Amino acid sequence: MPSKALGWLVAVGLGVVLTAAAAVAASPEPADPWPDLVRDVFDGRPLAEDTGLIAIDMPQRAEDAAVVPVTLRVNVPSGDPRTVKAVTLVIDQNPAPVAAKFEVGAGVAMISTRVRIDSYTDVHAVAELSDGTLHVAKTYVKASGGCSAPAAKNAAEAKANLGQMRLRQFAKEEAAPASRVREAQIMIRHPNNSGLQMDQVTRLYTPAFFVRDLSIWQGDQLVLKMDGGISISEDPNIRFSYASNGASAMRVEAVDTDGHHFTGEWPVEAANGE
Amino acid sequence: MGMTAKFGAISALTFAWVGGLCQAEPAPEPLPVTEVAPGIFVHTGAAALMTRANAGAIANIGFIVGDDGVAVIDTGGSVREGRALRAAVGRITPKPIRYVVNTHAHPDHVFGNAAFDQGGVAFVGHKNLPHALSLRGQHYIDAFRRIMGDELLAEVRLIPPTRLVETEQTLDLGGRSLRLRAWPPAHTDADLTVLDERTGTLFAGDLVFLGHVPVLDGSITGWLGVLDRLATMPARRVVPGHGPVSPWPDALAPERRYLERLAADVRGLIAHGTTLQKAAATAGASEKPHWELFEDYNARNATAAFSELEWEEDAPGERSRGHAK
Repeated sequence: MPSKALGWLVAVGLGVVLTAAAAVAASPEPADPWPDLVRDVFDGRPLAEDTGLIAIDMPQRAEDAAVVPVTLRVNVPSGDPRTVKAVTLVIDQNPAPVAAKFEVGAGVAMISTRVRIDSYTDVHAVAELSDGTLHVAKTYVKASGGCSAPAAKNAAEAKANLGQMRLRQFAKEEAAPASRVREAQIMIRHPNNSGLQMDQVTRLYTPAFFVRDLSIWQGDQLVLKMDGGISISEDPNIRFSYASNGASAMRVEAVDTDGHHFTGEWPVEAANGE
Repeated sequence: MGMTAKFGAISALTFAWVGGLCQAEPAPEPLPVTEVAPGIFVHTGAAALMTRANAGAIANIGFIVGDDGVAVIDTGGSVREGRALRAAVGRITPKPIRYVVNTHAHPDHVFGNAAFDQGGVAFVGHKNLPHALSLRGQHYIDAFRRIMGDELLAEVRLIPPTRLVETEQTLDLGGRSLRLRAWPPAHTDADLTVLDERTGTLFAGDLVFLGHVPVLDGSITGWLGVLDRLATMPARRVVPGHGPVSPWPDALAPERRYLERLAADVRGLIAHGTTLQKAAATAGASEKPHWELFEDYNARNATAAFSELEWEEDAPGERSRGHAK
């Protein structure tokens, strides 16, 4: 993933000047990149639609191009022996379309994060099940209007707080007190720089700098692992539901493209009345 | 990609060449301006989004005439608007334009810069403005090409300031000094104000909105903090970034009320564990009757405020926290 992402960056970096000029002549409707993405990202394997196993929820319009919420839900019916292994999030028209690949541990039914949206685009979520089948859900997002850009709002601060982490744990009101279903949110301060900006002085593109791996553990059991790219918003933020295994601590490890390691550990809170 | 890019480059060259032949464009109609104080002229932008029809002329832009020269404050949302502003300057005074001041990086304030890019003109801005333009400029051009069309966008060039303001600086126009002040992140992270000391007229850029709902693209806590300091500026009237020229500092009240309401709503929703998407749909809703373009910007403002405020120390509802090791 990292080398692939960097490959994209080089391609895009070189392309920016030309594509800006090209837009003068280009038609307003860009080609649909999805068939090529299916070939490149999923090896051209068949993608089952409307199976109800994966759902994607995004606002119809990207209000803030830099912070567009996206929620993925996986739903394997009870009695189905299969489990979800991974979910890949693809923002078709972004410069690096593969926003993230989530490796999913037991009992994870919902993953919510925030992404950058450059343009009007289809967004695909592809779930891979334990039997090797792929299942797809799709939505369409309109780019935000006007002066909303997929860039940092407070560039100096983004750098200053690098690596701060926070875990929030939510009481699930609808869950019965004895339920093992929990919901939590991990936040990490990081510019998650896309590397697509030109330095006005040097005329060079600043290198990409982003969180590429983030894993969440309860005890020794993996809850969720994100292999992320530059389409994930600044200050990566993942909210997820999971099934508690009774472990007393939740641990998070993250690595960015400069090799910084960030770790955090928090006590798991008792659910309602437990 | 390779094919498309090559084709694009060739057609862009052709375009530029044809453009060169057709350069004898008719002199533009001067932009309508009002003299709001002696020697201070303002064009009041439409309370609207930038479109092909309005050529991006939605922000308040203007100029200040001194004994020796003129300072232009923001250049509008297209080179066409910028040229019309230059024509308005020329109709009022033969004095040369010495400075173009950009109050921040948003396209409705900087897209007209190319109309003033000639010898003897210094571009002036916040120390963060070059970085902000490099982060966002190309995206703005691409996005507004879709909205406003090739014709209006073809001439737009990003012209970063060569004269940077770290904190405060004075521009001397001859018998008239302008006090420039660079602010910490508020509306954006490159906000600059211009105070004409002679008349007590403050060009606030988008640090002040009236009528047009405020747009948050920097920091909501920063902006509320800046409002307190801004209120002490020795001005009599303000030229807001959007909305009518108004008495100072009363003009700050509606914006302050909006930002305080939005921050309070968002903090409450965070405390309740509400998701960003749900919060964006409800925070600030009670302010709707008071503003134009509310539907266009409020959810975005709520989104930006939420992603900032959920990092507050001791965020209510946060029941444990850890630190990176």
